[in-house]
Amino acid sequence: MSTAEVPLISAAGLTKFYGVRVGCLDVDLEAYAGEVLAVVGESGSGKSTLLSLLSTQLRPTRGSVHFRMRDALVRDLFQLEEAQRRLLSRTDWGFVHQDARLGLRMNVSAGGNVGERLMAVGWRNYASIRREARLWLARVEIDGDRIDDLPTTFSGGMRQRLQIAKNMVSAPRLIFMDEPTGGLDVSVQARLIDLMRGLVADHGLAVIIVTHDLAVARLLSHRIIVMRYGRVIETGLTDQVLDDPREPYTQLLVASDLRG
Amino acid sequence: MRADDSTMIRLDGVDKTFIMHLRAGAVLPVLRAVKFEVNAGECLVLDGPSGSGKSSILKMIFGNYRVDAGSILVRDGDGWSDVARASPRDVLRLRRSVIGYVSQFLRTIPRVGALDVVAASARDNGLEAATARARAAELLARLGIPERLWQLPPATFSGGEQQRINIARGFVATHPVLLLDEPTASLDKKNRAAVIDFIRQRKRSGAALIGIFHDDDVKRQVADNSIDVSRFRA
Repeated sequence: MSTAEVPLISAAGLTKFYGVRVGCLDVDLEAYAGEVLAVVGESGSGKSTLLSLLSTQLRPTRGSVHFRMRDALVRDLFQLEEAQRRLLSRTDWGFVHQDARLGLRMNVSAGGNVGERLMAVGWRNYASIRREARLWLARVEIDGDRIDDLPTTFSGGMRQRLQIAKNMVSAPRLIFMDEPTGGLDVSVQARLIDLMRGLVADHGLAVIIVTHDLAVARLLSHRIIVMRYGRVIETGLTDQVLDDPREPYTQLLVASDLRG
Repeated sequence: MRADDSTMIRLDGVDKTFIMHLRAGAVLPVLRAVKFEVNAGECLVLDGPSGSGKSSILKMIFGNYRVDAGSILVRDGDGWSDVARASPRDVLRLRRSVIGYVSQFLRTIPRVGALDVVAASARDNGLEAATARARAAELLARLGIPERLWQLPPATFSGGEQQRINIARGFVATHPVLLLDEPTASLDKKNRAAVIDFIRQRKRSGAALIGIFHDDDVKRQVADNSIDVSRFRA
């Protein structure tokens, strides 16, 4: 079996209770390099809890998450030392939040936000950090003239692209996205989706994206997971699940989608 | 599992039923025991009144619709793959290398220009970037898409232009299995002739095609066999 056949990340029986309330229950999934996996469902379906568990920001009540490290060893993430997990999240993973204030330091310049991640992986030379930051700003279509500006002066779409640049600069293999297009104008969403498609294709990234927007899932993802009440109720090829939904709830979601 | 050496596609016992949960669980049986084969170099035409399940058959072969029973074997290199049982990742692989599909409607991708939309299909099929773009340009020219439109996203194109983009996307790649859902529906005579020519070329190179055509003239010119799918009515 070649490395490409081994999932980059996989979850088994992943469960989280908040007291007696179910956050997510018995979720199994895997994501491979070069693949976008969409997790869809309405508010309270458990999709954000799932993302927090996969990215180890939350500890599961039970179940496991395994990740294929750069040395090809598959490790149980919750058995890693805290320092190893932090290193992973600064280097090999990215996280793009709906609220850019969670993903960016708003009182640090755009260049500083991007450069910070390079320094975390050992870059020390100011000129090369700045050059690399400028390169990534250009790749996400942010004018180099804005490198010293604070993210507070950026539009919503630019902030999301800055988050992506900040994440991509350390050459991660996996990016988590939590409603990255939420609250953006449609034309701005289209630009972001186009950018993300390009990055996945060019860098062989794996992306796990949580969204309630089926149009975003359709345009961006290869496979889809539909969640409700913390459970996975349907999963499969994105176009198959959206064009021939089997479960009553998935049929309702598809029928309610304004953009078809 | 054994089929004749030249068989490329083989459906056997394929059933399809839709259950409409939003309509109180109404059960809509569409197809039952679909069975046919298509050989290399042949075009099979699916006939039958609208609603008889012609498009559903193509969608099942492409993995876009689920299959309730039976098998859909497609020749996959030296062996066979059963689309009805393939994992999502296998279906995606089959779509890149084995099964092409020209649908009636173009799903556009925002901000991607027509030439790139077409070239991407060839790249997925294994062509390298420059060749893919050259092939894409050739097809767009053959289909009479003016060059000033090539860099524009097809979302703003007319219905007929979008359909031609879709056709170019289907024929720019060289899948050994090609599914055609009314590819000539709103084309003028010249473009219809171009599509007939593309179909013949694909047949000559050994591809197996399955098509739905509303136009009897086109049908006559490309069909090697035809089958009335109402015989599979559930």
